[in-house]
Amino acid sequence: MSVLVPRSLSEALDLLRSDPSATLLAGGTDLMVEINLHDRRPRSVVSLSRIDELKTFHVGDDVVTIGAAVPYADMEHGPLAEALPALAQAARTVGSPQIRAAGTLGGNLGTCSPAGDGLPVLAALDAVVHVVGPDGDRHIPFNDFMVGVKRNSLAGGEIIRSVSIPRSDCWQGYAKVGSRNAMVIATASLCLSRSSSSVTVALGAVGPTIIRAIDAESWLADACDLSLKVPSDVASEFADRVAASARPIDDHRSTAAYRRHAVRVLARRLLERSES
Amino acid sequence: MTKSSPPSLDYRLTVNGRPHEVQDSWIGESLLYVLRERLGLPGSKGACEQGECGSCTVVVDGRAVCSCLVLAASAVDSEITTIEGLGADQALSDVQQAFIDAGGVQCGFCTPGFVVAVHHLLSNHHDPSDNEIREALSGNICRCTGYGRILEAVREVVVRRRSS
Repeated sequence: MSVLVPRSLSEALDLLRSDPSATLLAGGTDLMVEINLHDRRPRSVVSLSRIDELKTFHVGDDVVTIGAAVPYADMEHGPLAEALPALAQAARTVGSPQIRAAGTLGGNLGTCSPAGDGLPVLAALDAVVHVVGPDGDRHIPFNDFMVGVKRNSLAGGEIIRSVSIPRSDCWQGYAKVGSRNAMVIATASLCLSRSSSSVTVALGAVGPTIIRAIDAESWLADACDLSLKVPSDVASEFADRVAASARPIDDHRSTAAYRRHAVRVLARRLLERSES
Repeated sequence: MTKSSPPSLDYRLTVNGRPHEVQDSWIGESLLYVLRERLGLPGSKGACEQGECGSCTVVVDGRAVCSCLVLAASAVDSEITTIEGLGADQALSDVQQAFIDAGGVQCGFCTPGFVVAVHHLLSNHHDPSDNEIREALSGNICRCTGYGRILEAVREVVVRRRSS
């Protein structure tokens, strides 16, 4: 039984090698809830909160790289928000200020909940997840990283180092529906990115993984000139097609029918915002 | 690196500038639990245990967080400030006084979390707008006051600090 607080990534990897069953701790906003509510009793914990390398980000000309332990609070304003407005919009919807001060993108990826607020942004913007492990580095496109409800493709002994997101001149936006405005887990969320020739759309909380609405994306690019205003009937059919790609369920938070409706509204709304 | 061996953890936390030894603790104890049950600092309140109510808010390394979501043994090298560490010794802070003056305290359970969050807000923002105040306090829930008097208290602190 131990709580270990390594100071470097290599030290953390060594600790995981010697104790492969250790639980990784990022911001604690998921793991501590499980512990507090007696759903989990970890035998040993490796905290990633003191590894400087994981707490840095870099806004490059072509790519933005965000360390796994950068808290959402740091994405709400400043250089990350300027480079990635959709990520900033998503970050501002995470929990409360206290949660955003602790919760991290790496934690969102480690937990891989379909309702993870940052994840639709990573899917829509074709982010790549960088992991380090005993067999070296791997660079996994986000859309291959998440494989199911709270399941990702991390192998034993691997740690998420960072996420890189390509920069572009595309318009990008994020929107979320929940039962109230603050401190809410998504009922449905959506990220849309638009260039003069293509659009990408990713849906959160309406399926076992984040869903890219690929059919709707290619249909819209063929149906109209995206450098101009999208005609109203085309926008409506686009929203219907995005909603059709959702795979929602009924659960304690909402119904499948409402979630599909919410996706349709969010798709239409973000397409309209991309023209203002 | 901090390492402890079975069957229990011993470690040291720095709270309100003072070192505190924690002995024979369980691995999964939250900072909130350790503050209240081991260190004799019961000002931070526990309610939801899942980061939703804000009544356990403390400042860790300059960030206001829910102490129920901090694994205590991972905070060994952090600077932790609790409600007990605000204001002069045995005296109310200006935020606490303003809460009393404005009637922002009723049952009082949420008050320590609010007071910590307000101190944190005003240490970074000397003249927050109403929206900024509301946003900064959106992680703290009060079931008594309806928030109006709490917002009034914050605005009053801003005015008093400006004129002093």
